Amino acid sequence: MKLQKASRYALYAVLHLASEPDKQFSTADIAESYDVSIHHLAKVMRTLVRSGLIESVRGVGGGYRFAGNLRRTTLWDVIHEFESLESDIDTPEELGGNAEIVISGLDSVMSEIDGLNRATLDSITLKTLLRYGVENLEREN
Amino acid sequence: MNTGNSSIDVRVAQAADIDAVVALDAEITGTEKAAYWADVFERYAGSGQRSESYFLVAKSGEEPLAGFVVGEIRAWEFGSPPCGWVLALSVSPDQREQGIGTLLLDALCAKMKKDGATTIRTMVLGNDKVNLSFFRGEGLAAGPYIELERRLD
Repeated sequence: MKLQKASRYALYAVLHLASEPDKQFSTADIAESYDVSIHHLAKVMRTLVRSGLIESVRGVGGGYRFAGNLRRTTLWDVIHEFESLESDIDTPEELGGNAEIVISGLDSVMSEIDGLNRATLDSITLKTLLRYGVENLEREN
Repeated sequence: MNTGNSSIDVRVAQAADIDAVVALDAEITGTEKAAYWADVFERYAGSGQRSESYFLVAKSGEEPLAGFVVGEIRAWEFGSPPCGWVLALSVSPDQREQGIGTLLLDALCAKMKKDGATTIRTMVLGNDKVNLSFFRGEGLAAGPYIELERRLD
């Protein structure tokens, strides 16, 4: 599974906003902090607003603010807005020989893998994700 | 066992707790299983052959039951060295987000570690987001075993 760039940007943004939930940050603030394209991030921010994970604050000093719950919002909640996460078997229209049996078997296997992926991503809250990150870095250093 | 939390006490389950355990489990799962819980109590906390008590409850004074946990140390099944299984852990929906699940799990782990277990393990339905994220938050992650099953119809 290869995550889209938009998923990574979404996680940067959501976790940045969640780190100071009482403050608002602009797209430019976040783009600068993570050295990412402001244009691409702006599109991601609009999707996150529509999903209800962040909210837009208008007026002077406006920007975005976290609207989720670090202990309840999961990795899946954030990235499924940007990923299909469903395995795709590149199946030709004409199936010869035993291809139909092979494709049917592969469908079953891919469905099992997709279910495990979904369950894993939906079990990891943003708080747990941060803890994994900190622990991994501590082990490496 | 006092957990250090001034209001919640975690202790071994007593016979008088079973009705409250049955009611809390029924509230959460939608299925009342009085005979099952009476049997669990007999095996894991009562006067059965086992001396270990891995059936713990969390209570605050005379307040309703806040939660319970049941576990067991099993050795060499599936080739596994002694391992503590968390068989059930429930917290009253009215009393969640107060760390009661963590208190129960910590108390169970402390007892199991003292009794020789070096790992704890549990199984959770893949769509049970509340319990999956709870156990993930407590440091549990996918282990070396994969659960396999087949329908028998």
